[in-house]
Amino acid sequence: MTWFSLLVLIPLAALVATAAGGGWDAYLTTLTNDQTMAALRLTVGQSLLVTVVNVVVGTVIAWVLVRDRFFGKRVLDVIIDIPFALPTIVAGLVLLALYGTNGPLGVDWSSTRKAVLLALAFVTLPFVVRTVQPVLEELDHDVEEAAASLGAGRLTIFRRIILPGLTPAIAAGAALSFARAISEYGSLVLLSGNLPYRTEVVSVRVLTFIEGGNTAAAASLASVMLAVALCVIVALDLVQRRVARRG
Amino acid sequence: MVEVPTPVKWLLRLLAVGYVFFLVAWPVALVVQHTFADGFTTLSDTLSDPSVQHALYLTAMVATWAVVINLVFGVTISILLVRYEFPGKRLLSALVDVPLSVSPVVVGLALLLVYNGRTGWFGPSLEAHGFQVIFETPGMVMATCFVALPLVIREVVPVLTEIGDDQEQAARSLGAGSRQTFWRITLPSIKWAVVYGVVLSLARSLGEFGAVKIVSGNFTGQTQTATLVVEQKYQNFEQDAAYATSFVLAAASVLCIVVVSLLRPKEST
Repeated sequence: MTWFSLLVLIPLAALVATAAGGGWDAYLTTLTNDQTMAALRLTVGQSLLVTVVNVVVGTVIAWVLVRDRFFGKRVLDVIIDIPFALPTIVAGLVLLALYGTNGPLGVDWSSTRKAVLLALAFVTLPFVVRTVQPVLEELDHDVEEAAASLGAGRLTIFRRIILPGLTPAIAAGAALSFARAISEYGSLVLLSGNLPYRTEVVSVRVLTFIEGGNTAAAASLASVMLAVALCVIVALDLVQRRVARRG
Repeated sequence: MVEVPTPVKWLLRLLAVGYVFFLVAWPVALVVQHTFADGFTTLSDTLSDPSVQHALYLTAMVATWAVVINLVFGVTISILLVRYEFPGKRLLSALVDVPLSVSPVVVGLALLLVYNGRTGWFGPSLEAHGFQVIFETPGMVMATCFVALPLVIREVVPVLTEIGDDQEQAARSLGAGSRQTFWRITLPSIKWAVVYGVVLSLARSLGEFGAVKIVSGNFTGQTQTATLVVEQKYQNFEQDAAYATSFVLAAASVLCIVVVSLLRPKEST
């Protein structure tokens, strides 16, 4: 317990205390600063976008991994985990190799908003897939067959039978990937170019404050991110409880 | 099972494989290609650079420490969370998840506020006793521990919950001490969960960047870890060196995943 307090609780308390130390006005001034607002808007917008992409593509990938059989499926399964284990800075470099200045695709997306989206999509790829996959595996086939025998079309079966069963898992995966996207830092450093107002995300903004010695401002912004993280955790907890109750 | 019509099946397959290929597989392959573009020379040149060597050594050391600490405390906290009832248990359980969803930059900042030598809460008094945390190895180990903390716990808690405490109670009623119960009964049954947790946190520790960047001060040859070297090399336009170092890190983390995916199926049999 002592270790946990020293490592997690006290530092987080210090963060909140420092953020509150400047008073409400200073807090608001920091947050409503133009550049900070731009960073916040960009981060939240791109994170929402990437979460939507993940919900769709992640579910498709999980579906393919569970219901389909084809050559190289196991390889695909392993590749999904790479973004989770790859150091984030390496992730940025890796994407830069393909989508950067001299990439073989001939597109130069470095230092654009597309790069931000790309990096976020990379690091959040496993979340939806990995939460949906086990649920899809355990889904009962009998119900689907019953529905089919009663004359339901494939689309109806998917919409009325399969999707409701998957929704909690998809929601959990989406929450995780949103939280991860909001807080992403490492992969964006090299890729996004960190142009103020255009590709600068919140984490980078916090770091700029720290390097400028303005810890109070950094703490204010960090406390917002901490609050978002806590919200996501509580939301996840609620989803899991609901699922557990339904049995 | 519902049969999906063939064109739709192919479309889904293509979408899944294509997305993963363009987002992950091709870029990763390119880094490997860049590293070995002229045989092993780039790799060996980079690896013989003393600052890179030191960074790799430092990364390995910090990661090892962090994993060992997380192993001990992760298992302890898991047992605490599953086997004991106490006020604030749900809060603790929620707080354990914080490091997973909070930004590493925020983690670094929080540690900096408490432990830095001039204005931190504990920093000055610790430094008066000759123990510097920030800009030194202890701080980096702490930052790494923080971000990797939930990985062991999240693997162990479900297993502990599932096995229940019947066997432990039986052991205790037969006169085993709590230490004996732990080593003979609890530990063997959570062995695999602990192994996954350790491998995952090893991968995470090797690759930690944001938090370490803030608390380490990033001094070349002193507190620069491998991930920080990658950033610096790239920004100094030594792209080959950056790719080579990345390759080493990526290889280590991919090895971790492969180990995990090889171990997984064994569990079910």
